[in-house]
Amino acid sequence: MTTPTRSPWTYIVAALLALVGLGDSIYLTVQHITGESLRCTIISGCSEVLSSPYAQVGSVPLAAIGAAAYFTVFSLATLAPFGYRFALPCLKIVVALMFLTTLWLLYLQAFVIRHFCQYCLLSAAVTTALTAIVFLPSLLKRRARDAN
Amino acid sequence: MKRIVPFILILVVLVGGLLAVWRLSRPAPPSGPSGGSTPAPGSLPEGAKPAHIRGNPNAPVTLEEFADFQCGACGAYHHELKKIEAEFGERLRVVFRENPLYPNHPYSVIAAQAAEAAGVQSENHFWLMHDKLFENQKSWTEARDKDAAVAMFVDYAQQIGLNADRFMRDFNGEVVAQRLTQDGIRGRALGVQGTPTFFVNGKEAKGESWKPDGVRAMINEALRDAGR
Repeated sequence: MTTPTRSPWTYIVAALLALVGLGDSIYLTVQHITGESLRCTIISGCSEVLSSPYAQVGSVPLAAIGAAAYFTVFSLATLAPFGYRFALPCLKIVVALMFLTTLWLLYLQAFVIRHFCQYCLLSAAVTTALTAIVFLPSLLKRRARDAN
Repeated sequence: MKRIVPFILILVVLVGGLLAVWRLSRPAPPSGPSGGSTPAPGSLPEGAKPAHIRGNPNAPVTLEEFADFQCGACGAYHHELKKIEAEFGERLRVVFRENPLYPNHPYSVIAAQAAEAAGVQSENHFWLMHDKLFENQKSWTEARDKDAAVAMFVDYAQQIGLNADRFMRDFNGEVVAQRLTQDGIRGRALGVQGTPTFFVNGKEAKGESWKPDGVRAMINEALRDAGR
C-alpha cells in the first residue's frame, strides 16, 4: 500500500464515468439478450449496428464485454485512491485496451456498417473521457519534468 | 476498516448492475388495448379498412403485425411468421399493418405504397406483393435511387399478374395514401415504436415474447383463453 500521488478527484470522476458506461452497456446487453436490438426503430442506425455480426464475439454480446470492462474500470478507480498499488497500472492497461477497441468500433460504424448508434457513441465518448482522465496527468507531469 | 470501503462500493455496484439486468430483462407488463394507459378498444383507431387479413377471418386468435418492408428484422421475421401461420392453421388470423420507418429506411414508404397498390386490385395480390417485397428485400433496398426501386416494384407487379398502368395509378393514388395514414394513426395510438411489432389478441409481444417462440407461447395462451 502506498499513498496515492494523484488527486482523488481523478479517480472519483473516472469511477463516475465508468458507472455511466456500465449503465449504457447493461442496457445494450439486455436489448441484445431479449432480442429488442434486432428490431428496426425510427432512431437511425441502432438496429443496423446492434444487429450486425460485429455486435457479438462468438455467442457473447459485445455490450456484455463492455459492461465487464466498465465494471473493472470502476473497481480499479475505486481501489486506487485507497492506496492499492496495482490499481493504477491495471487501470491504464484496461482503459488503453478499451480506447483501442473504441477506435476499431468507430471505424466499423463509419466505414463498414455505415450507421451510427447513439448508445455506442455514448460509450465511445465515455471511454475517450476515461482515457483523457487516466493518461493526461501522467503526460502533463512528464511534460513539466521535461521543461524543468 | 478503510481498506474494506472500496470493496463495499464495488460490491454495491455489482449487485446494482445484476439487479438492473434482472429488472430490465423481465417481461414488460401487458400493454395494448387491455393495458392501463392505452386507449380502450372502442376508442382505438381501427387502421386501414378493410384490413389485410391472412388465414381464417373468424379465427379465435388475431396476430396483428406492424411492419416495414425495408426493415431487415421484418424480412428475417417474415420466414418465421410463415412457419407460425402454418403451425396454427385455421386457429390464427394474421393482420398486416403498414409502419414504414421513414426516413431511416428511405424506400420504406414507396414499398408500402407498392403493396397497397397491389391490394387495390385484389387482397390476394396484396399478399403476393407483400411476399415478393420481403423475399426480394435485399435487391430493391440496394436500388440506386427511388425511381430504380419503383421500376423494380412495377416489375414485381407484372410478375404477379397485375396491370402495370393501373398499379402505378393506384401507387400514387388517394386510396393508398389514406390506407398508409390510417395504419399510421393506429400504430401511433398503440405506441408502436419499432418493427416488427406484434399484438396477439391486442396484447403486445415484448421482450422475450417478441421472439418467435414467445409469439407462439402468446398464441397458445390466447387459444387456451378462448377455450381451443
